[in-house]
Amino acid sequence: MQYQAPDSFDAAVTLLNAEQGMARVLAGGTDVLVQLRAGTVEPDLIVDIKRIPGVHDITAEDGGWRIGAAVSGVELNAHADLCADWPGVAEAHDLIGSTQVQGRATLTGNLCTASPAADSVPAMVAAGATARVQGSNGTRDVAVEAVGTGPFKVSLAQGEVITSIFLPARGANGGDAYLRFIPRTEMDIAVVGAAVSLTLDGDKVASARVSLGAVAPTVLLVEGAANAIIGTSLDDAAMDKLAATASAACNPISDKRGTVEFRTKIAGVLAKRAAKIAYDRAKG
Amino acid sequence: MIHVTTTINGDETEFVCDPRETLLDVLRDRLSLTGAKEGCGTGDCGACSVTVDGTVVCSCLVLGAEAEGKEIGTVEGIATGEDLHPIQQKFLDHAALQCGICTPGILVATKALLEKHPDPTETQVRYWLAGNLCRCTGYDKIIRAVMDAAKDMRSAA
Amino acid sequence: MAFDEAKKDFNLIGTRPARPDGIDKVTGRAQFGADKAAPGQLHAAILRSPHAHARIKSIDTSAAEKAKGVKGIVTRADFATGLKGEMWNKLENVMAGEKALYDGHAIAAVAATSALAAKDALKLIKVDFEVLDHVTNVDESMKDGAPVIREGAAGPSTPEGMHPNVVGFYSSGHGDVDAGFADADLVIEDTFTTEATHQGYIEPHACLAQMGKDGKGEVWCCTQGHFNVAKVCGHLLGTEASQIRVTASEIGGGFGGKTEVFIEPVALALAKKTNRPVKLVMSRSEVFRASGPTASASMDIKIGMKKDGTMTAGRGVFRLQGGAFPGAPGTFTAMCAFAPYALENVSQEAYDVMTNRPKQAAYRAPGSPMAAFAVESVVDELCNQLGLDPIEVRLKNASREGSKASFGINWPRIGLVECLEAAKAHPHYSTAIPENGGRGVSCGFWFNHGGETAVSLALAEDGTVSLSVGTPDIGGSRASMCMMAAEELGIKYDDIRTTIADTATLGYNEISHGSRVTYASGLATIEAARDTIKKLCKRAAAKWGIDEDAVYWEDGFAKPSGPNAGEFEPMSLAKIASKMGATGGPIVGHYEATPEGAGVSFAVHIVDAEVDKETGSTSVGRYTVIQDAGKAIHPSYVEGQFQGGAAQGIGWALNEEYIYGEDGRLQNAGFLDYRIPVASDLPMIDTVIVEVPNPGHPYGVRGVGETSICPPLAAIANAVSNAAGVRMKSLPMSPPRILKALDEA
Repeated sequence: MQYQAPDSFDAAVTLLNAEQGMARVLAGGTDVLVQLRAGTVEPDLIVDIKRIPGVHDITAEDGGWRIGAAVSGVELNAHADLCADWPGVAEAHDLIGSTQVQGRATLTGNLCTASPAADSVPAMVAAGATARVQGSNGTRDVAVEAVGTGPFKVSLAQGEVITSIFLPARGANGGDAYLRFIPRTEMDIAVVGAAVSLTLDGDKVASARVSLGAVAPTVLLVEGAANAIIGTSLDDAAMDKLAATASAACNPISDKRGTVEFRTKIAGVLAKRAAKIAYDRAKG
Repeated sequence: MIHVTTTINGDETEFVCDPRETLLDVLRDRLSLTGAKEGCGTGDCGACSVTVDGTVVCSCLVLGAEAEGKEIGTVEGIATGEDLHPIQQKFLDHAALQCGICTPGILVATKALLEKHPDPTETQVRYWLAGNLCRCTGYDKIIRAVMDAAKDMRSAA
Repeated sequence: MAFDEAKKDFNLIGTRPARPDGIDKVTGRAQFGADKAAPGQLHAAILRSPHAHARIKSIDTSAAEKAKGVKGIVTRADFATGLKGEMWNKLENVMAGEKALYDGHAIAAVAATSALAAKDALKLIKVDFEVLDHVTNVDESMKDGAPVIREGAAGPSTPEGMHPNVVGFYSSGHGDVDAGFADADLVIEDTFTTEATHQGYIEPHACLAQMGKDGKGEVWCCTQGHFNVAKVCGHLLGTEASQIRVTASEIGGGFGGKTEVFIEPVALALAKKTNRPVKLVMSRSEVFRASGPTASASMDIKIGMKKDGTMTAGRGVFRLQGGAFPGAPGTFTAMCAFAPYALENVSQEAYDVMTNRPKQAAYRAPGSPMAAFAVESVVDELCNQLGLDPIEVRLKNASREGSKASFGINWPRIGLVECLEAAKAHPHYSTAIPENGGRGVSCGFWFNHGGETAVSLALAEDGTVSLSVGTPDIGGSRASMCMMAAEELGIKYDDIRTTIADTATLGYNEISHGSRVTYASGLATIEAARDTIKKLCKRAAAKWGIDEDAVYWEDGFAKPSGPNAGEFEPMSLAKIASKMGATGGPIVGHYEATPEGAGVSFAVHIVDAEVDKETGSTSVGRYTVIQDAGKAIHPSYVEGQFQGGAAQGIGWALNEEYIYGEDGRLQNAGFLDYRIPVASDLPMIDTVIVEVPNPGHPYGVRGVGETSICPPLAAIANAVSNAAGVRMKSLPMSPPRILKALDEA
C-alpha cells in the first residue's frame, strides 16, 4: 500500500487517476482505518487530503457556509455562526462516535462512506446541502442526496473527490434538527435517523425537507413527509400524518441493530420529535 | 517504508513505518511507548487515546505516516518529571482504577476535557468520556475523580 | 478452619490508602500482556474458522510458508497427542482437530517477522472445509434431529435418551413441591431466557513465549491464573508444567474470562518450532469470536406464595448452552436459584447443553445471575399480584443462619437478613418512584471459594517487607495484601511491597477466581505474617536471653512479657531485621494451605428505571448496591467491586448479547455492536457495605467480586417491567424487545 499526502486537489486527482488498483481517499480516516484493520478493504493507494491548503476552512459564501473536506467534528462545532444557522447539521455530526472520533471525523467522509446509517447525511439532505466534486474534467456541484447510491456505494467517478460541502443560506424563520435512535446514549450506529429542516410563515410551516437514515439502502428525502407538515402548525393530525408518511417511506432490513418493525415505527416517532425541535428553533 | 519526523511529548522523534501501520502501532512497537493500549483497534474503546496537535483522538484511527510534523501527546507525557498531574493524583485518591488498562486513555481524554472545559457538569464529563470504555468500575469513581480534579485545578488556577 | 473470634480492632484495615501499583498505572509504565517485547521476537497470528461447524478435510500451508517474513506455522499436528478428558477438550478448543466447532475456532497459526506479515500470510493458508449443519440455540440443540456437535461427550450424570448434545445434568431439592404448590394462594409459572454475554475486559488476550531446544519454556501473559497456564501448556505441548515458567503480567480485566487458556500454547508451539520468542495478541474480534462468553440460558420457574407472602414451594428447570464443549455452569445456576429463600419445598434441575459456539468461560459468579433473573422476576410478579412489599416478602422468607439451603446445606452465619434490613432502611427505598418509572429489587447469592494458596513474606535489612503471592491482582488486591501484612506486623503500609511471583518462585496457587484472592491469599498473608512474627520474637528472645514464649509482638515491636515485662527495651521489626544476618540469617515467613472457609455472600440491589414507551428505550435512574463483605479490607476497592458488578449486570440486562446469524456466524464481534455500558449510560452507583464477619477468615473477609453481578439482571428487569407495565421475560431488554412486548400487551 502506498501513502500519499498531496498539497493540492489537482495533485490528488492525478494520483487517483493514475492508480491502476484500488485507491481510497483519507479525510478523517475514522471509517477507512476501520476497514483497513478488518481487511474488508485492501487499497493499493491512500490519498491523504488533509495537507491540502483550505481543507480545514469554514468560509461564508452566498449567505451559507462552505465546509472544507477535512473539517472535523471538533472544528465544525467550534464554529458558532454555522452552529447557529444549522444546529441540526452540527448536532448530527457531533453524534458520530466519541470525543476522539470527533477529533477526526468529517462531513465529507461520512458522506463518502455512504452508510445508510450515517448521522450527518440526513441532516445535510434536509438542509439542502451540496457537495463540490473535483475530477479530471473539472468541478461540479451535486446534491448530497445524489452522492450515495446504495450501501457503501457512491455516484463519484474514478478519480473524483469531494473537496467541500456547501450548506445554503438558512434564511429567516428557519430551523433544523436531527435525532437518531441508538440503544445506548453514545457510541452506537443509528438504528434510525430523522432530520427535519423547515421555515415558517407565522405559525405555519412554509417549507420543509424531511430526511430519514438507516431505513433504506440510501438516506431518504421523503417529500410526502414534508408535505404532511407544510401549511400546518404541527397540530396532532399533521404530526400523525408526518409519522405515518415517514414510516410508510421506510424500506429497512432486520439486522443486529434493529428489526424492520422497530425501524419503521421509530422513523415516525423520530420524525415527529425532530419536526417539533426544528419548529421551536424556527420560532426562535 | 515511510520516514516520519514528529514530536512526541515535546521530544523530536523519527521513525520509519509501513504505510499500513497506525500511530498506535508505531508508538507501541517502534517507539516502546506502550502507555497507549489497544483495546479494539477500531475507535470504539478509547484505550489508545492520544492528542494530535492538542486534539484528543484514537491513535488506532490515525496512520503512523500522518504524524509527520505533528505534536503528539501520550499518557507518558502527562506527569512533569516525578510530579503527577492533578488528574493522575485524583485517580489514585479516588481508587478510580481497578485493572488500569483504560486509565491511560481516560487520563489523556480528561486532560483535554479540563483544558477546554475547566468547570464541567457530571453529564458533560460522562458524555466526553463515553468513548473511553471501562469494564471494571461502573465509571462512578472515575467521574468523581474527574470532578474533584477539575475543582482542585480551578482553585489552583 | 474456623477463626472463633474475628479480629476487631484495626489500625489499617478499613482505611483507604493509595494502591501500590497506582503510580505505574497512571503514568503508563505498568506492563500489561501486550506491553512486553523480547529481542528477536516474532509476531504471530491465528487463522480462524469462518464456519460454525465444518469438517477440516485438509490444510495446505505451503504457500504461506514461502511468504515474506514467515518463520513458522503450526496446526493441530504440532500439539500433544493422546490427551484425554478435560485436557483433550482444552487442546481441541485451542486448536481445532478434525472439525471446526464454531465461528472463530483456531485452525492454524503463523509466526513472522512482523504482525502485518503474519496477518498477510494467513490469507495464503488453504483450508478445505466440508461445511456441516450447525446449531447455536440451546432449546434447538436439545431437540431430536439437531446437528450433533460430538458423540460421546455426555458425562455420567446425563439421563438416558437425551440428545448427544446434552452432556450434563444436576438435580437437588427437598420437601414435596407439589404439596407446596397446592398450599399456595397464588402460583406463578413462567419461562425466561438470557443471551450469552462476554466478560468484555478491555485488554485482549496477549502473551510472549519462548521455548528453546532444551524444552524449557517461558511465558509472559495476562491471565487470572499463571500456574494454571503452566499446567495447561505443559499438557498441550506434551511436557510438564514444571518446564514452563509463567509470569503474570498486569491484567486488563478478566471477570472469569482470563481463567481459560487460549493462545499461550500456540505461542509456545510456534516458539518451539522457530526457536525465537513469539508474541501473540488477540484482536478484539478474536476476543469475541474465540474466547469464552458466558452461557446462555432457558429457564422454567414455578413458585407458590400465600397471601401473607410466605413462599410455599419453588421449582426450577435450567437449560444452559455452553458452546461446543461440556462445562456450562448449570449446576451453579440450579444451586443459586433459590439460595436466598428458606423453602420447605424446593426442587431444581439443570442441563448442560453443547452448541456451535465458543466454549463458555466463567463470568463473575458463573450461572448465578441468570437464575436470579428468572426466580426474582417471578417473586416480583407474585408480590405485585398479591399487593405485597418486595423487601418484606424477601425478609419473611430469607435464608438465615441454621435454615436449610435449597441445595441441602444448613446455612452458617450469613448476612442476607442484614442486607435486606439495610435495603429497607436505605433512603433510596423510601423515595418516591419517578413518574413513568419503575422500581426493581432483587437478591443475589454466590458461594465464593478458597483454593490452593501459597504465600512467602521476606524481611529486608531496612525493615521493609517483600510479600510474594501467587494470585494475579485483578482489581487492587496488592493494596489489600499490603494492608493485611502491615496490620499484622505493625509496620507502615508503604513498607510492604507485594509482588505476584512467577510459577518457578512460589508454590502452586489456584487461579484468581471464586472471589478468593482477598479471602485466601489474604488469609495466607496474615498467617505468613504471624509465622514471621514468631521468628522475630525468637530473635528477640535470643538477644535478651529469655524464653521465646516469653516474648510477644505488639504494634511492630517484640516485647518481653511476664516476669521480664519492662526489663528489656522493645525491639522493632526494623531493628531485628537490621541484625538478622548475624543473628541466624534471613527471616522469611510463609504459609501454604487450601483454606475451605470462604464465606458465602448475599446482596440486595435497588434500581429505578424509566422506559420511553414510544421507543422502548430504558434509562437507569438511581441505583443502590447493598452487599455483605464480611469485613472490607480496603473499602474503596470493595465499593469498586459492587459498582463494577452492577454496571456489568446493567449491560447484560439491557443491551449486551451475542447475536448469531442464520449462517451461525457471530454478527457483533466488536465493541460497536456488542454494547457494553458507556459512561453516559450510567448513574452514580450508591453502595452500602454490610459486614457480617466470615468465621473462616481471621478478619472476617468474604469474597466480594462476584455476588455483585447476581442481582442486577433481575433488579433491572423488575424495574423495567414495573415501568412498562409488562413483564419482561427475555434478556437483553433491548429497545426492540421492549417495544414488541408493549405492542403485544
